[in-house]
Amino acid sequence: MPDEALLDVKAIDAFYGDFQALFSVSISVRTGQVVAVIGANGAGKSTLLKSIAGLMHPHSGEILFDGKPTAGLPAFDMLGRGVALVPEGRRLFPSLTVEENLLIGGQMRRPGPWTLARVYELFPALAERRNLPAPALSGGQQQMAAIGRALMANPRLLLCDEISLGLAPVVVRDIYTQLPRIVAEGLSLIIVEQDIVQALRAANHVYCLQEGRVALHGPAGGLTRETISAAYFGA
Amino acid sequence: MQWFNVILQGVLIGGLYAMFAAGLSLIFGVMRLVNIAHGDLIVLAAYISLMVVQSLDVDPLTSLVFVVPAMAAIGYLLQRGLLNRTLGDDLLPPLLVTFGLSIIIQNGLLELFTADSRRLQAGPIEVETFQLAPGVWIGALPLIQFAVAVAVIAGLQGLFYRTALGRAFRATSDDQPVAQLMGLDTRHVFAMAMALSLAVIAIAGVFLAVRTNFDPAIGPARLIFGFEAVIIGGLGSMWGTLAGGIILGVAQAVGAQVDPGWQLLAGHLVFLAILAVRPQGLFPKVSG
Amino acid sequence: MSRVEHATRSSRVGIVVIAVAVAGLALAPFWGDRQTLRLLAEMFTFVALASLWNLLAGYAGLVSVGQQAFVGFGGYLLFALAILWDVHPIAAVFIAGPIGALLAVPVAALIFRLRGAYFAIGTWVVAEVFRLLASQISVLGGGSGISLPASVVIAMAPTRQMREFETYWLALALTIAIFSAIIALLRSRHGLALTAIRDNELTAQSNGIDVARIKLIVYVLTAFGTSMIGALIFLQKLRISPDTAFSVNDWTAFVIFITVIGGIGRVEGPVIGTIVFFVLRQMLADLGSLYLLMMGAVAIIVMLWAPKGLWGLMAERFGWQALPLQRHLVLGKETGGKS
Repeated sequence: MPDEALLDVKAIDAFYGDFQALFSVSISVRTGQVVAVIGANGAGKSTLLKSIAGLMHPHSGEILFDGKPTAGLPAFDMLGRGVALVPEGRRLFPSLTVEENLLIGGQMRRPGPWTLARVYELFPALAERRNLPAPALSGGQQQMAAIGRALMANPRLLLCDEISLGLAPVVVRDIYTQLPRIVAEGLSLIIVEQDIVQALRAANHVYCLQEGRVALHGPAGGLTRETISAAYFGA
Repeated sequence: MQWFNVILQGVLIGGLYAMFAAGLSLIFGVMRLVNIAHGDLIVLAAYISLMVVQSLDVDPLTSLVFVVPAMAAIGYLLQRGLLNRTLGDDLLPPLLVTFGLSIIIQNGLLELFTADSRRLQAGPIEVETFQLAPGVWIGALPLIQFAVAVAVIAGLQGLFYRTALGRAFRATSDDQPVAQLMGLDTRHVFAMAMALSLAVIAIAGVFLAVRTNFDPAIGPARLIFGFEAVIIGGLGSMWGTLAGGIILGVAQAVGAQVDPGWQLLAGHLVFLAILAVRPQGLFPKVSG
Repeated sequence: MSRVEHATRSSRVGIVVIAVAVAGLALAPFWGDRQTLRLLAEMFTFVALASLWNLLAGYAGLVSVGQQAFVGFGGYLLFALAILWDVHPIAAVFIAGPIGALLAVPVAALIFRLRGAYFAIGTWVVAEVFRLLASQISVLGGGSGISLPASVVIAMAPTRQMREFETYWLALALTIAIFSAIIALLRSRHGLALTAIRDNELTAQSNGIDVARIKLIVYVLTAFGTSMIGALIFLQKLRISPDTAFSVNDWTAFVIFITVIGGIGRVEGPVIGTIVFFVLRQMLADLGSLYLLMMGAVAIIVMLWAPKGLWGLMAERFGWQALPLQRHLVLGKETGGKS
């Protein structure tokens, strides 16, 4: 496994108007790694993902993907380079059916293992409902569809923004059991989670954000509950 | 029988109105933009056809081969170069910019072509009629125009619901940022929608030019007819727009039969009546 | 005690400048010739129309491209009252206001079912309906229109000069009245609501402002003023026809141009815009339709690159305000437990 980072975020600041959401945040992801970003509401986790995906542009700092600078590139460009975001709240296209949502994900035609058939194999519940309008699905099924849609773009880095939000624990567990299969295909993952237990179980490496700053990071196994609580709440 | 003929004429011109409307509602559906210059662009297409017909000595229907791509290109550039800048939460910029565009087109055409009334000759087909039933005659040209209008609307439906471009339109209209996340360059998607709208306008413009006299000032009335057809039929439904166009055409035809001065008024009053009684239109599409 | 103050230093200067200007304009019949009076009166009517359109679009968020409906209605009502019912023309101008406002209520009931740009086109349809109906009224000239009979004209004043002075002063007075009424509205509680709606309608709604009711009130009040101005315009012209009464170019395109150039959503905008418009008109009068074309292009350029208009640019850059319309809190000295 190559040792240089697939994604290198260096000291970025992000603003919503006058409000600063990220202060000199740095994270890095190696190929094949699963990185979890945890933190309380408003800590800046979604902002970080949006900045990586190109929905927001950092005011300072650098983002290097595959060694090339990408800060400031628009979102559709980032997808072409292999960064796909599963947005917070799923945000499937309501006018489209499940299958059409998946097809939109694949319309860039990036080469890779993920096809419609593969996605249906990963999430059989979607295959049964392929021609239903997206809003007709349950929360968990919508989440699967949102992940499938992002996979269809054959990304190298998949960003998952709070995929457990609003879902029952058993559904969340179901989805998380599929993550290793996704990683096995050669994807790297950043998962943003409020569900710390799931995040720690799934990840190799953890970053904890607190009020826009990296309060703690380290290998998932090496962190105790106490150190995480301290970093999470800033005690 | 006379009334049947009148209504038939109304139905046939309704197809033309539906084409005026289709371009308008396409743009509104994809990017929530109402193009005040829509009617003037129809007239522009008519004049482009005039130029092609005069310089290449072809008949108007053949001129479509040039006019449609030309208008589509104009639409793409217009959206990409100008109108994309007006999109956003504020309602005023797109409205005022397209209003300014309307004034520019009208007066530009006036400068280039003067206010003289023009008409394109389609040749012998203009006078062809055939008999549907005893006492019922139908003109070949109006019938062809109606058939083309239906085909255009069917084509747009097919495009929207069965092609990748249509998916891109619907996704962008649903959620612009997420569409971008999925790799859609929304500036390009919007420009393609405008190009498509202007392609439809091109066909409508050429048909208009063959059917009636035109001059630079008749644009706004076409915008209003298209708009009324959309509202009568119901937002979001292409086939509803066809129905709206037909109802408008019939209302105008009946009004004209009662008194020539009442033609336009009858159409407007039917529109206002529908607005009063069933503001969502007759066949609105349930969104989702 | 703390209180809300409306004035700023520049607005105090502004008030003085305006007072002097108004005094000068009131005396115009004594220093200006016939041409000047006509031009000034025309400018006043455009200031009034643009101020009303600005109130509707810039504050209430109702973009209308159909205000010519009320301009024409006011004109035709004046002619009808004067010709058919022997009403004194100047009285007719004042009657046009309330009747126009009454008419606006059912019109609003219909077109408020439309939103945004569709609402705009709806207003256009209404104006078209008015135009078509007017062409059907044969006692008022039908499609070709009618002139104000000599008997009515004489009733206004014994000499032509006196008549022209009368209409001039009426135009000035009406414009000042409308302008002041708009300012009074904006300074009131309702004005605060309007500014909130202008800035963000959804937030205004969620803060308990009855947006729908305020929009209706503003629409009706605007119709009131527009109808009176329309009556005045055609009283001056002495002749009316459906095409001139309900002309989109004259009563909407020019008005929009004036308001956009001057600055939408600012009371001073229409005044600046009118001055610019008339200067341009003098300079470019010979160009015919090219002039309109350029006007459209300028409007587009301003809308895209200077959306706040000329006055907006100046106000932001220098903090100017010609009229006391801001609201700032003046903190009073704290007094002790007893007053």
